[in-house]
Amino acid sequence: MLEVRNLHASAAGTGILRGVNLTVKAGELHAIMGPNGSGKSTLAHVIAGRESYDVTAGEVLYEGKDLLSMPPEDRAREGIFLAFQYPVEIPGVSTTYFLKAALNAIRKHRGLEELDAIDFLALVKQKMKLVEMDQALLNRPINEGFSGGEKKRNEIFQMAVLDPRLAILDETDSGLDIDALKIVAHGVNTLRRSDRAMVLITHYQRMLNYVVPDHVHVIFDGRIVKSGGKALALELEEKGYDWIRSEAEVAAQTVA
Amino acid sequence: MSKNQSAIEALANQEYKYGFVTEIESDTAPRGLNEDIVRLISTKKNEPEFMLEWRLKAYRHWVKMERSEGEPKWANIKYPPIDYQDIIYYSAPKQNVETLKSLDEVDPKLLETFEKLGIPLSERKRLAGVAVDAVFDSVSVATTYKAKLAELGIIFCSFSEAVQNHPELVQKYLGSVVPYTDNFFATLNSAVFSDGSFVYIPKGVRCPMELSTYFRINQQDTGQFERTLIIADEGSYVSYLEGCTAPMRDTNQLHAAVVELIALDNAQIKYSTIQNWYPGDKDGKGGIYNFVTKRGKCVGKNSKISWTQVETGSAITWKYPSCILQGDNSTGEFYSVALTNNYQQADTGTKMIHMGKNTTSTIISKGISAGHGQNTYRGLVKMLKGATGARNYSQCDSLLLGDKCGAHTFPYLEVNNSTSTVEHEASTSKIGEDQIFYCKQRGISAEDAVNMIVNGFCKTVLRELPMEFAVEAQKLLGVSLEGSVG
Repeated sequence: MLEVRNLHASAAGTGILRGVNLTVKAGELHAIMGPNGSGKSTLAHVIAGRESYDVTAGEVLYEGKDLLSMPPEDRAREGIFLAFQYPVEIPGVSTTYFLKAALNAIRKHRGLEELDAIDFLALVKQKMKLVEMDQALLNRPINEGFSGGEKKRNEIFQMAVLDPRLAILDETDSGLDIDALKIVAHGVNTLRRSDRAMVLITHYQRMLNYVVPDHVHVIFDGRIVKSGGKALALELEEKGYDWIRSEAEVAAQTVA
Repeated sequence: MSKNQSAIEALANQEYKYGFVTEIESDTAPRGLNEDIVRLISTKKNEPEFMLEWRLKAYRHWVKMERSEGEPKWANIKYPPIDYQDIIYYSAPKQNVETLKSLDEVDPKLLETFEKLGIPLSERKRLAGVAVDAVFDSVSVATTYKAKLAELGIIFCSFSEAVQNHPELVQKYLGSVVPYTDNFFATLNSAVFSDGSFVYIPKGVRCPMELSTYFRINQQDTGQFERTLIIADEGSYVSYLEGCTAPMRDTNQLHAAVVELIALDNAQIKYSTIQNWYPGDKDGKGGIYNFVTKRGKCVGKNSKISWTQVETGSAITWKYPSCILQGDNSTGEFYSVALTNNYQQADTGTKMIHMGKNTTSTIISKGISAGHGQNTYRGLVKMLKGATGARNYSQCDSLLLGDKCGAHTFPYLEVNNSTSTVEHEASTSKIGEDQIFYCKQRGISAEDAVNMIVNGFCKTVLRELPMEFAVEAQKLLGVSLEGSVG
């Protein structure tokens, strides 16, 4: 589904990604872990199409198509969803209004009929339960005055409504207390499907106690330096990122 | 970045849809202003003596003003000097519409013009639930639903007609809120105003439909000077709408209107404006100079006057719809959206003058600046000695689209008693890249994202508009209907 090859990207002239390779197949859940500043979030944003990053080399194929030539809204309409680490506030625009516009833009792109208010609300009611969203919250301006946990739940709720093929969750677990983490994890697990891939970006292992990944990758200094199964996450938790750092340094010296 | 920028620009640079010219023979006064022109206008309108006297007093006062300080200079706007002797002060379609018996006799070109503007006047097609007075250059062309309203004792007609048929009401209230000495532009208007709308709602009557005036400037080099007078007698209610457009021309045209509202005991007036005069082209050439004086007086106790305006047009907007809260417990409201793009300039706001006890006022102002637009909020909240227990709440928000535009806020407060409270909040924000990216990541195009953000920003004002107008306003702002869900 997603094929990242030798991806290099920079922001304001500074290289952040330095040759990322990643293959994600339908039905898989990948966890990407790494210390702060390693390029985790940059990878998520480059896949989603954020214009403030420049791709300097490499390619990304999404379902065989050249993803990097697509504008971000088309990537979304083709089924890529990014759960933001810092969801944005839009004063005066309610979550329901926002989400209806989004869903109908996606449906239109796929040649489906746009949902009217009644059908849309029915869908919302059904998906709300998944992450225990409150109707009143959905009628408030999106993310404005939401707690950290409410914002993250709102992201997962949006994912449930928009029904993406590839979901990238950028540090969705950060800033959540244990109850909220369980709710979010339950939402993510429920949304796992054989025709949907998920990429979970996280700093800590703790979400992986609830969401079990098929593959774990460690990103360091703009490259994926280690890949493995769920055991890798535990090993990382135990040994800390310093272990990766020293291994990476050794590797770099060997190459030199 | 460039993509978002172009979506913002696309919204800002939407083409002006009402720029056509109607080819029609007009009866036009010679250029320039002098006592003879004032007399000519009065004669054309077959006015009683008191009107001519009033106009002449205003004219003589205006001459004095022009010789001394001239136009007011305090506003945050720049424009080349206006040559008042190069303006045509009276222009009317040749056909004398005032003697017509029915709409069928009106020049079809006039009816067609208003139909093109979305304001059909004929019996069959006219808007349901909205009575319209259509003003073309200097005269009122037609007023719909007049007879039906008359059954309730409501007078809704052109100002000229009111002068003929209800001179006692005109004489009593004309200039009672905006005296002819008020300011340079109001004084000019008092001397040369040609038409406008007149509304009287009798005691205890709730006007069953929206009353509306549609102003159209057509003739080149004319000024439009209309005057609207609305009187809501005790316990009555009226909602009044005003819309305006003008052809695209590369010279500037002057529009100096006066609106006076009077609310007696327990009466309510809701006055909504969508101002879409031609704003000039993208380089700032042409456009209407909109110097307007609008003021309402809550004369009676428990009365209420509410102004809602959506200002998207005009090269220059100079406008401060205000409330004089004289009656105890009276209420004044001002809800405003002002959008400036290209080289448009707006200096707009309100004055809330609290005189009576326990009077309350609310000011919500939303300024949107795009392109090289300059947007200024200027407001005065004044609590007089007698206004014990009075309250005001003001909120002024500015939204910037792009980095070449400007937003300015000048709130003035004068509080002369210790029991009144005044609250003021202000904010300035920019449409953020991160907001637009968030929308795009959900499949929403940049253009729709900008519309949505602007719409959300204006929501608290737009929801004050009557339904029919809200739709037009949202289209005007280039925004899709917010709030249709949830």
